[in-house]
Order: sequence, then C-alpha cells, then structure tokens
Amino acid sequence: MEKVFTNCTNEGPITVTVKDGKVTRIQPLVMKESDFKPWTIEAGGKKYTPPLKANLAPFIHAERTRLYSPDRIKYPLKRIDFDPNGKRNQENRGISGYERISWDEALDITVGEIKRIRKAYGGAAITGLTSSHHNWGIVGYKMGPFLRFMGMLEYTPVFDNPDSWEGWHWGATHAWGFYWRLGMPEQYDLLEDTLKHAEMIVFWSNDPDSTRAIYSGQDSVIWRQWLKEKGVKMIFLDPYYNYTAAHMDGTWMPLRPDSGAALAMAIAFTWITDDTYDKKYVKDRTLGFEEFRKHILGEDDGQPKTPEWAAGESGIPARKIRSLAREWAAKKTVLSAGTRGGEGGACRTAFGTEWARLMVLLQAMQGLGKPGRSIWGTAMGAPSDTKYYFPGYADLDTRMAITRAARLKINNPTKQRLYRLTLPDAVLNPPISWKGEGFCGQSLDQQFIPYTYPMEGYPEVKLFYRYGGSFMGTMSDTNKWVRMYQSPKLEFVVNQDCWWSSETNFADIILPACTHIERDDLGEWAAAGGYSSHGSNGCNFRIIVRQEKCIEPLWESKSDYEILSLLAERLGMREEYTDGGRTEMDWARAYYEISDLPKLMSWEEFNKKKYIVISPGDDYKPTPALRWFAEGRKCDTPDPLNPKRKTDKEDELGTYSGKIEFVSQSLKQNLPDDDERPPLPHYIISWEGHRSELRKKYPLQIISPHPRFSFHTHYDKHAEWLNEIPGHRIIKDNYAWWPVRINPADAAERGIYNNDIVKLYNDRGTVLCIAVITERVPAGVIHSYGSSANYDPLEPGNAVSVDRGGCVNILTSSRMMSQNAPGMTPNSCLIEIEKWEG
Amino acid sequence: MARYGMVIDIDRCNGCYNCFLACKDEFSGNNYPPFSAPQPNKGKSWMRLTEKERGTCPKVKVDYIPLPCLQCADAPCVNKAVNGEVYRRPDGIVLIDPEKAVGKREIVSSCPHRVITWNEEKNIPQKCTFCVHLLEQGWKEPRCVEACPTGALLFGDLDDPESEISRAVKSPGIEELNPEYGLKPNVLYRNLPKRFIAGEVLLADQQEACADGIKVTLKDKAGKQVCETDFLGDFEFDGLAPNQTYQIVIEHKRYARQSIEVKTDSNVNLGEIMLNPAG
Repeated sequence: MEKVFTNCTNEGPITVTVKDGKVTRIQPLVMKESDFKPWTIEAGGKKYTPPLKANLAPFIHAERTRLYSPDRIKYPLKRIDFDPNGKRNQENRGISGYERISWDEALDITVGEIKRIRKAYGGAAITGLTSSHHNWGIVGYKMGPFLRFMGMLEYTPVFDNPDSWEGWHWGATHAWGFYWRLGMPEQYDLLEDTLKHAEMIVFWSNDPDSTRAIYSGQDSVIWRQWLKEKGVKMIFLDPYYNYTAAHMDGTWMPLRPDSGAALAMAIAFTWITDDTYDKKYVKDRTLGFEEFRKHILGEDDGQPKTPEWAAGESGIPARKIRSLAREWAAKKTVLSAGTRGGEGGACRTAFGTEWARLMVLLQAMQGLGKPGRSIWGTAMGAPSDTKYYFPGYADLDTRMAITRAARLKINNPTKQRLYRLTLPDAVLNPPISWKGEGFCGQSLDQQFIPYTYPMEGYPEVKLFYRYGGSFMGTMSDTNKWVRMYQSPKLEFVVNQDCWWSSETNFADIILPACTHIERDDLGEWAAAGGYSSHGSNGCNFRIIVRQEKCIEPLWESKSDYEILSLLAERLGMREEYTDGGRTEMDWARAYYEISDLPKLMSWEEFNKKKYIVISPGDDYKPTPALRWFAEGRKCDTPDPLNPKRKTDKEDELGTYSGKIEFVSQSLKQNLPDDDERPPLPHYIISWEGHRSELRKKYPLQIISPHPRFSFHTHYDKHAEWLNEIPGHRIIKDNYAWWPVRINPADAAERGIYNNDIVKLYNDRGTVLCIAVITERVPAGVIHSYGSSANYDPLEPGNAVSVDRGGCVNILTSSRMMSQNAPGMTPNSCLIEIEKWEG
Repeated sequence: MARYGMVIDIDRCNGCYNCFLACKDEFSGNNYPPFSAPQPNKGKSWMRLTEKERGTCPKVKVDYIPLPCLQCADAPCVNKAVNGEVYRRPDGIVLIDPEKAVGKREIVSSCPHRVITWNEEKNIPQKCTFCVHLLEQGWKEPRCVEACPTGALLFGDLDDPESEISRAVKSPGIEELNPEYGLKPNVLYRNLPKRFIAGEVLLADQQEACADGIKVTLKDKAGKQVCETDFLGDFEFDGLAPNQTYQIVIEHKRYARQSIEVKTDSNVNLGEIMLNPAG
C-alpha cells in the first residue's frame, strides 16, 4: 500500500511517499501547474519567469536517511551512574554510558527533579536552551510547546545571540535603524529592480548559493543565473572562492579576514577624492558625513584611508581597490553584503560592527535605494503577495504560551536572564554581565540595557533542560561547554531530541522526540516570522503546507508536545499546559483560523488539498526596498513592524535622526566614549588577525562560515548520505572527516598533501580535519565550515581533548565583538596546522 | 516511440548535489522490479558529481560535472552481455537486468565512463536507469532532473521535434563527454571545462593602474579571438584546447605591443602584465 503525504522542512515543502508504514521517497512538493499564477519580470527586452516548482536545499533530499538515522534516540535513557536519590556523578557527564529505562521512569525522574528544584530554589533555578530549526512547523517549533512548558515552570530564559548577523545587529542598526529586523534591511522587490537596472553586483562576504536567505532552499539560484546570463558583472570580495562565485564565474578578489572595514574606507576615500559620490543624497538623507569625510581623509587621525593603506590591511592591490571603487561609482551597482541583505562571515569578526555599518554608509554614498543601487543579498525580494497573513513560527501569534489562539496564556514572571554565548561562564564563574537582550528587536536602546546573572533576588540555575541540537559545533571556544556540563552546580540535566547530538551524552536523562515527519503540524515555507517578516519572498511563491503525520513516531519516540504534556500531567498542570486538552491538530486549526487563509480556503478544504500556493495577483505593484527613503517619500513597502509606518514620521528610517547616520546618534548618546564601537565607525585592528603578535605562534587565519550542505548542526552526521559529498565530509579509513581547505603554498610548507589528516590547533583546542589543498583560499587563510554536528573527542569527557569530528569553532575565541557588543567573532581566529601523526 | 536523452549544461550547474542525493533517495533501499534492485545505502549513487578546479588564486574556476549513465547507443555494457543481462530498450534506455546480471562483475569494467557500480550485497552490477520505473508511471522526468534548481539537467524525447531537448542537441556548443570513445551517448553536455588563459594588464605610466579596455588577441594556427580587458585590467580566454601553443597579443596605440607565447599544458594565469608607453 502506497500513500503520499505532504510536509514542510527548513528548506522547502515536500511530498512524502509511504509504503507499508515506511517512508520510501521524499521529493519536492508535487504541485499542479494550475496551482500557480506565474509572475513575469520584463527587463532588457527579456521576460523572466521562474520554474513552477520548489527548489529544495541539498540536505532536504537526505531527509529520509535522517529520519531513519542510526543516530535517532530510540528509547528513554538514564546515565548509568546518575542516581537522583544518591550519587549524581556530574563529573562523569560525557563519559558514562546509558541504560534504557521506561517512559514512566524517565518522566518520574524528570518530574521529581523539577519539583525538587522548584521547591528548594524556585522555578528560576531551572533553565532551558533550544537550538533553532531542527524541525519545521508552527505548532511543534521550539517557541511553541517548549516555551509554554518552561514558562509554566517560571524558568530563567537564555537569550540567543544573533549568531549569523552579529555585526548587522550590533552595528548596522545604529546606521540605518531596522532594529525591528535585527539590523538587516527590507528586501522587497529587489529582484525586479536589479534585473531592470543593475550593471554590477559586489558580493561582499556573501555566498547565497550556500546560505539561501537562510530558509529559501534554492529558489533564488535561478535569479542569479538570469543576472549572469544578462551580463551583469559580478565581483566577489571573500577570503574564500565560494560556491556562488564558482557558479557565477565571477571575479574573485580575496581579502584577509577582518580587513573589510579598511577596504570599505578606501573605497570611500576614492569616491571622496574623485568627487564621485551622491552629494545630494548624502546631504538630504544622511547625518554626520563631514566628520566621516575628515576621518577618511585622515584629517582627524593623520592617516588618510587610501587604497595603498587598505592594500596593506586587506591584501588586495591598491590599483584594484581604486578601479573597483571607480566602477562602482560609474555603474549602477548593487551591494550584496550577506544573504538577507545583511549577514556574512565578515560580520562575525573582531569589531565586526564596523564593517557592517560601513556597508550601509558606502551604499548611502551612492544613493542607497535608488534604482540599481540597493543593498540586496540576491536571495530575497521576489514578487510576493503579502495581502494574506499567515504567521511564522516566531510570531507572537504562534507562540503557544501567549498566542491569541490560546484560551489560557502563560506569562513567565521570572526576570532573570542568561545569554547563550556566556552560558558556560555563567554556570562556572558567576556573576557575569553583558549589555543587550540578544535579539534587540524592540528599539535601539534595548542594546544598552545591562544584565547581570545571577540577578539580585534570584537563584543560580541548577536544572538544565536541553532541547534539540547542539552548540558544540556552532558557538565559540566550546570546550567550555564540556566544563559546564561537568560542573556539580548543574544538579540535573535532561536532553530532549530526535537524534544523538553533540550535547546529548552530557545529560542525565535523555528523552526521545520524533521528527516533523511523525506528527501533525502546518507551516509556510521560509516564513520564520518574528523579526524577519515576509521571509517567504526568498521563494518564488508563497507555499503553505499542511504538515501531515506521515508515519507513527519511530521506536519509542513521541512528539515534543506529547512529552511535555506527559510531564505537565505529572506536575498536575496538564489542563493548563494543553489549554484544556488541545491536540496538535487542534492547535494547527486554531493557528489556521487566526490567519487570513480561511479567506482562500476553509480548514476542511485545506486538509483535503494539503497546501496553498499564493502567487502575486494581477494588481501586484512592486515597491522596491528603500526607494521611498531615497526619494523622500512615505514608506510604501509592506514592512509590518516598521514602527514609523502610518505615523507622521513615515518617511524616516528607524535611527534617532530618521536618516542614515555616519555618526550614530544612538551610540553617541548612550556610549559616547566607547572606542571599540565609536559613534563614527573606525577600522580597528583585530585582536586576533594578521597584525597580532600571536601570529608568530599561530600564523594562519581560519574562517569558519556557515556550511553549504547542512544547517547549523542539523542534517550533518544524522543524514548519512551527506557524508558522500566531498564538499561536506570526506571518508577516509571508514571515518567521515570534516574538510579543511588549505592553499598549496601553506600545505607545501607543512608537508601536507590532499586527504592527509591534519590537526588544527591553538591555545584553545585541537581539532582534526581532512586536508583539501585548493586555490580557492589564498595563502595564509584557512577555510573550514563551522557547524560540525559531530563533536567526537578522542578522550570523551576531557574538556581539552582533541576532537576528530571537525568542530573547528572549538578553536575560536569567546571574546565578544567589543566591550559593549556581545557578539561572537569566529572569523578572527589564528591557528597552526600540522599533519596528524596520532 | 520516444528516445530519451539528457543535456547537461556545466555552466548552469552550481554543484549542489541535489541530483546525487535525489538518486539515493529514489533507489536506496527501494526495489523496482524488473528495472532495478535497491541501491546500497552507502557509497553508490548512480548520479556522480566530479568537482573540477582550474587555475590559481585568484584566477580560479570551479565546475561540477554530473555523470549519470550516458545511455549510449553503442554501449559497451550491452555489447559485453551474452544473455540479455544488459539491454537497450526501444526508447534508448540501457538497463541491467537485476536477475540475469547476478554475478556478472565484468559488466562493471565494460563501461569506460565508470558509471556502473558493483552491489556487493546483491552480487550485481547496477547503474542509472533514467528512473524508468517512474517514466513508465507517467513521470515526465527522472528524480535528478526534478531536483535540479538551475535547469542544468534537461531531459526529454530526442526524437520529438517540439521538445526542448531536441532543439538543445542541435544548438551550437553541444558536445560529448569523451567523444574519443565513439559510443553515441544519449546524454550530452555543454560547456565542459577546458583550458583557460587569464591575466591582468597594468599601465606603467599610470602608477601601475589597472588597464581598462585594452585589446587582447589570442592566436593559434586555426585563427584568432579578441577580447578587451575589464575595469580591473583582467582578460581571459576560456574553452581552449589542452597542450596547445597560443600567442597572446596585447595592443594599444599608446603602449608598446606585447606578445606572449603560452602553452596550455595547464590552465594559465599570466599574472600581472605591465604595459610600457610606446616608443
């Protein structure tokens, strides 16, 4: 018996074929031509229409092998030397093995610990941490069942850091506002604008073929192909000859990691001295240019920011910097500085705020928002109908604790907070302090709010509830996470996940969850919602999918909602937790009903049809991002969280002045003396870069950007087929090694050959990788993707063990971006490499 | 009767491996008698990708060459078969009969493109079937083509004059992978990577600035090609034959002509070329 179901993933909607209870095929969602009303963009005498299909990211094609992975957690487990009534042996976390226990035992132990800790210390002694995106769907997402449950316990939440766009969040926000998008810009209709007007695109630290506007699969690949075939010149400023550069056959200008701010200043220098910037725009739309001009010319510090000066920092010859700047000014040039307009590895460096701010300021000098003069990641901004509202997983409407679809709302009264990057430090060496909420989406001022843990009147955390995925492969200097787990202060650790992840075996109790293939849900492709409104315009069409339970949960796994309902039941809170006995299907329907989709299709019809494709209508009127600002008009884009829309300041940006600020008024007012993120952006020499003293010992700069063939730590390791993609992992001696890319000159100097196992090391740790000798990195720069899901210490439980799984972020510094900007800086990292003889 | 074929455009391939993974999803653990037995879970996709890196930093090019079974009209695997264990259907699809081919390891080595894999567990040779089991159910294209985001893989009926593929195979630039084998494959390519010569031109009298718009000519016995340097002074000739001697001539009326002999024994990055004022 063969049956087909629909579902949705991080990177696209799928059709799932099930035969005799087993999934046999996962393919892009099968749709009918009649579902679409294809849009067409006319440019240069040609018509551009996208293919009528969903283009998935590679790893989604390996979803079936992830579903049945040998890494699935099959049964509830208890660490063998953990006894809740006796010795806990916390120091053995990461070392001891596990024994299978029944669900009853697992739930009883977990509930017993929750009760004990709440009674002894209060709910705030419980904390919990989730990874993002290990599953898709608005009912089951982490902000749903997990946060409702933890809120009921009155736990201490952990702020996420904006790990993929640090510099834009902590920096660019102070140049152009957009705090409601966490520092990244609107991207509406920039595909059409670029096709029609642009003559050149400068990709700066941007590999959209790999990073896909985060969630949009490969729908935008065809746009860049159109632009290439149209003859738009493409320049790639990146230490790595990335996948997009290869696909576009672009001009590669390799620059040193964390030298971007210097290069940007030299481009500004050329425009100022050539007198080729948009003076009217600068005068009418920006603030503080004169101070900037003086700094660029060196009138304030004696150092003119000439191309020759920047050549010494970036490694790009001065003549090329000058020529690039001149071409940029002469031709309609799009700046593509990260997959969503913002992002990119350059914003995750020492003082990475400065690069991101300068990206905004550079393009402001060329009339940011005018035709062909945008900041556009090339991965969002398709024609897209926003008339029909459907909430994303991060919207308040789908947060199970507080959604208006809930009858009983849960408000966590605990004021204490932790911060993900410093969680291990908070446990090991409190007190710790930092500024800013992590995701400061409510105002510019939110970034200046000081936090201290433990907060006065609150306990330290004793119970750690870890849910879905791992940070061993994504945060900084992560050997300290091992130390945290082994601390006696964490009296109880529970881990709830579908797969064995790198943090799973540090838990005392392990609870097996099922995947989004094994439960009911619904979701819109690429629509995360929250601070990234209208993310689905990274796809050619909006597609909302009924995420069907295709098979029963495998082994003894259960859905997250069910697990947490069972815990709530034992806590005497089931009615409260389930909002009076709601099933997942009840929640799905409730979310559907508060959206605009019933205008298109009833819930019953939707369940029959299983998906909705929303195409832009005949009356669609493009409103290119920031055109309104460039032209001094009221904001006409549908950016729903822009707080000035429909007020008397609707022609303004979200900065204090409402203009683009060369001298940031928010920084000037709040942190006037901060010389690491000064009101006027500066190029500040990296503390761990090519000018560091440390380079004598560790001469190579490593960058660890986001990976192409996995998503955070998801899909890697658990979807075995990916191990056969040599850009992802390379199998040698029956082990799937993580590649490190080395220039032939650096390899020759060290006697390293292709496929050698090498050790990457510095004072923070040692990681084994497999050597790929390539011209895709310049000498002196090492490339290895971040986000290995396989922390595999040679000495389990030893926090300084050599890792052979490729978690290169173990090597990265946990020093924050700057004293008041708590962002991570993995791309400012020095190492040495040797052949591994172990 | 259709005659199925594929055209693979290397310029459009972005190396995403969707085709490789979709093939695994379709066949790993799935039995489609009488066309194919399950593909092993590890190591044996029937759609392979080869990454080809050319040049030196920063003049680098990277291409991906997808390689399914080329469905040759004159297939050595079919010729090698003695008992119908490999056969060619009237629609051009070459199949290995999973029952008749048990133990026939020699079929693996019959293919010069090395697209036939050996299934150790089942003791049979296996390869791409163009997803014939799906075509028979009315699918329009195999899984790899469905999964391709760029249109790099084009599938269809070569004998249908209305089909996109029949037009594509008649267009300029169509080529065979390893034409020297003479196997008449029904899978054809465009833009297979060849050799390139690149360089960047500087002007000695302009503080070594990038030389924009300088005429560069490539000459060989057959004739010549002309291009202009771009704003960075870069020029490039791609699609050249290997191990050929070419003449690169850089000319501008105000500068002394330069002529450089280049042999394409590899891809050549000439690096910086300084133009000095004439006279």
